[in-house]
Amino acid sequence: MTESRFSAAGAAGTRMTFGRWLLFAVLGLFVLVYLMPLYVMVGTSLKDLEEIRSGSMLSWPETLTIAPWIKAWGSACVGIQCEGLKGYFWISVQITVPAVAISTLLGAVNGYVLTKWRFRFDNIIFALMLFGCFIPFQVVLLPMARLLGMLGLSGTISGLVLVHIVYGIGFTTLFFRNFYIGVPNELVKAATIDGAGFLTIFIRIMLPLSIPIIVVTVIWQFTQIWNDFLFGVSFSAGGAQPITVALNNIVNSSTGVKEYNLDMASAIIAGLPTLIVYVFAGRYFVRGLTSGSVKG
Amino acid sequence: MSKDKLKVRKDSTLKQCVLATFVAAALPLSASAGPTAEVLHWWTSGGESKAVKSLMQEFSDNGGTWTDMPVAGGGGDAAMTTLRARVLAGDPPTAVQLKGPSIQEWAEEGALAYLDDVGRDEGWDALLPPQIAKHMKFEGHYVGSPVNVHRVDWIWANPQVLAKAGVSMPSSWDEFNAAAEKLMAAGITPLAHGGQSWQDATVFETVVLGVGGNDFYQQALVDLDPAALNSATMVKVFDQMRKLRGYVDPNFPGRDWNLATAMVMNGEAAFQIMGDWAKGEFAAAGKVAGKDYLCAPTPGHGYLYNVDSFAMFKVKGDDKVAGQKLLAKLIVGENFQKTFNLFKGSIPARIGVPMNEFDYCAHRSAYDMQATMTVGGLLPSYAHGMALRGAQAGAITDVVTNHFNSDMSSADAAKALAKAVAQSM
Amino acid sequence: MFRWLQSQLPKIVLAPSFAAVIVFVYGFIGWTAYVSFTRSKLLPRYQFEGLLQYRKLWQMDRWYVALDNLLVFSVLFILFCMVLGLLLAVLLDQRIRVEGALRTIYLYPMALSFIVTGTAWKWLLNPGLGVQKVVRGFGFENFEFDWLVDPEMAIYTIVIAGVWQSSGFVMAMFLAGLRSIDDEIIKAAYIDGASLPRIYFGIIIPSMRPVFLSAFIVLAHLAIKSFDLIIVLTRGGPGYATDMPATFMYAMAFSRGRIGLAAASATIMMVTVIAIVVPYLYSELRNKGND
Repeated sequence: MTESRFSAAGAAGTRMTFGRWLLFAVLGLFVLVYLMPLYVMVGTSLKDLEEIRSGSMLSWPETLTIAPWIKAWGSACVGIQCEGLKGYFWISVQITVPAVAISTLLGAVNGYVLTKWRFRFDNIIFALMLFGCFIPFQVVLLPMARLLGMLGLSGTISGLVLVHIVYGIGFTTLFFRNFYIGVPNELVKAATIDGAGFLTIFIRIMLPLSIPIIVVTVIWQFTQIWNDFLFGVSFSAGGAQPITVALNNIVNSSTGVKEYNLDMASAIIAGLPTLIVYVFAGRYFVRGLTSGSVKG
Repeated sequence: MSKDKLKVRKDSTLKQCVLATFVAAALPLSASAGPTAEVLHWWTSGGESKAVKSLMQEFSDNGGTWTDMPVAGGGGDAAMTTLRARVLAGDPPTAVQLKGPSIQEWAEEGALAYLDDVGRDEGWDALLPPQIAKHMKFEGHYVGSPVNVHRVDWIWANPQVLAKAGVSMPSSWDEFNAAAEKLMAAGITPLAHGGQSWQDATVFETVVLGVGGNDFYQQALVDLDPAALNSATMVKVFDQMRKLRGYVDPNFPGRDWNLATAMVMNGEAAFQIMGDWAKGEFAAAGKVAGKDYLCAPTPGHGYLYNVDSFAMFKVKGDDKVAGQKLLAKLIVGENFQKTFNLFKGSIPARIGVPMNEFDYCAHRSAYDMQATMTVGGLLPSYAHGMALRGAQAGAITDVVTNHFNSDMSSADAAKALAKAVAQSM
Repeated sequence: MFRWLQSQLPKIVLAPSFAAVIVFVYGFIGWTAYVSFTRSKLLPRYQFEGLLQYRKLWQMDRWYVALDNLLVFSVLFILFCMVLGLLLAVLLDQRIRVEGALRTIYLYPMALSFIVTGTAWKWLLNPGLGVQKVVRGFGFENFEFDWLVDPEMAIYTIVIAGVWQSSGFVMAMFLAGLRSIDDEIIKAAYIDGASLPRIYFGIIIPSMRPVFLSAFIVLAHLAIKSFDLIIVLTRGGPGYATDMPATFMYAMAFSRGRIGLAAASATIMMVTVIAIVVPYLYSELRNKGND
């Protein structure tokens, strides 16, 4: 796909015509716009408070210091404890990893069933499940709290994992279903004739083909769940709060001197996992989208 | 032989640890030896967190285990979300930072635990001023412990700036306006303000107190009398608010209150109308009361109070109940009342705490509290959730902040005020 | 018996997910709708009271502001995201060596949560600290960019931050769509002498209709859900000028103790979502029913 589609004019596409210069100029401008907030965040996190107050936000830090980062990780005050973000990092991992794994798995089997094992009303069932993607989370907070309480899962990590799985099923099923539609039914039919059963086909045939869409789904779910704040703050108990809640406590404390550098460093640390995932797996993301998952 | 024994013991300890972790992860804290408490609060910034830490220290010195559950933001908005979710789930935190009418609201739902035995043993009826005790009670039973008394209606000023412009601390709103004009002429921002709705509300209620008087404040902002809300006096109040709007600098919207305090500290602005937690900012910057900054009540003859407190929710488990009683006792204890309030800038809720370590603003506050208590001038702050329930307070704040940030007329604002309150019932 | 079980296995496998959705989505919507007909304040009460909450809702000035903002924000957000996403996708489609890096740069904002970037954007847009100060520092003394604090203009700052965050994802969708168009058609058109813009507007963009629909759905759902964005940037302010149904519902439920009213506003939000999504789903699945 990197071969120019306009190969009849292939040579013209690589010469540095005026059009080409313009293209690069526009793209470059957008790069600046998109990167500016990140630059401001990183820059501010490396300055000391004096320089932040007196200088301009775009200036490169003169007093290059990583003290805010060390403080954010190990000694920032989140409530009474002043131990930074590191403990909360682990809690977020405990919540995110199982939730991503299970919701992806469920999405895969659901997509498989809905596309390769058709039955009456399956489209309606899919539509009903899809609609779950659109529900604003504030609406479900209270009834969910009630239900979690009845299940005895209130304030636990397992409870949060359950919540994230349930609200991820809509998306994961959508991604896998749209992807599996592109997998020829003949493959499945041939395997059935050869005597393979439901599960065997899934494990031996569908899964190996699914790598691109698995990556897309995992990236999407990981981002949604790691960055979630609302469920985290409502359904966690002290000592089991995810990193977004801790970040909010650091950044939104309403009294005292606002340590902007600490705030920015904390925000970047909290966002680092998803950022890394995107930077390294981003190309699989587009590749996965290209393989027919979401383009409709 | 002994090695085997050791191995066996290590195995079983390991198993126990694994089991314990499993259990601990799956269930809320189970019963342990001493009192436990899971405490939901939003005192997360440096000074406040130090203040709460002193309570935690005392709690654990007395054998308690404190599980911290801090949820910052919005003056408790996010924390209230957490609280509601936990209560609905049937698993409320042990102690929650709640104040004013919210305590009554939750008690009405049957969610709070009674602390009468602690109150009796510790003699709270004698130790707490009657207005404050009233907030802590529901149908005669104690359901909360007060931590402090904040005074809301203070003006903070920079004496050097005042001297330069040739003005002094105003004792009436007319004097304030005159001083402001002089300051503007001298190129100084008269009023440092942060454009957040609760700050607008804070200024508003001091103006109601000053322009309308104590009785008017009671009628309008506590009793919610429609005749008072949409009255000529209220129109005058909004007129004064409109004037104040002209005395703030253009960058005021969205500004945090402590940045406004900083403006006073470094001479950019002359006055700030803010509660006594502003003192903490001055202190943190090493400023001395009376020399580097002045404090005086806003023009008026009342005292607007804001009492922080902890309410104890109905929980299951003897350790938690024990934790609540211990916590309640310690909160009203003399030691905590002194330590916490020294950190926080407020004065003790408990009567009779030695005040020698407190500064002159605190002394003034305590003196005024006594003085206004008997003449009906000790009034609950609406802006800080002491006078009204969330629905009504929010409705009033909506109108106030809308008026401040637009060119709504005073007459329209007074009408809108009465309408908003009626709708919110 | 075993054969029957085997043949029902797909449905059995699907059942838990489906059941979960029924309970956690539709069950909860039903609960919310029911509560909207009660007098619930601090905690839910279950006595049916009729339409009183809806009447109160439609009398509140703040609710109208919220609805108005939703309209303004949704239209601008979806429009700008689509235009920007399409533009960037087309530009990136031009065979550039550093395409991978550029794509990553345009896409990374989606990876960050709004508590993370809201802090940066609040600063960028603050007149005293951010863009306005910087441009003035360049010498343009009268430059004004105080939208964040202007009740009339604040909603547009939310559009800016929202477009920044989501346009990369739309770009990725469009890029995938562009790349999946059959090369033969394009080559044929080129050979026939059609110019580049003509090819784009005449062939490529029209055949991307499905992608436009998908992008619209994704963006519409983001717009309706937008909550973190507003809370961090403006908290609904100045005053309540940037309030939206999602933040309105949250404030009423959790700060004001008016759960009945909040449920009414939430129900209206859900009705709006249904009105947009259901027709699309219907058309989608009708066409693909026999795939």
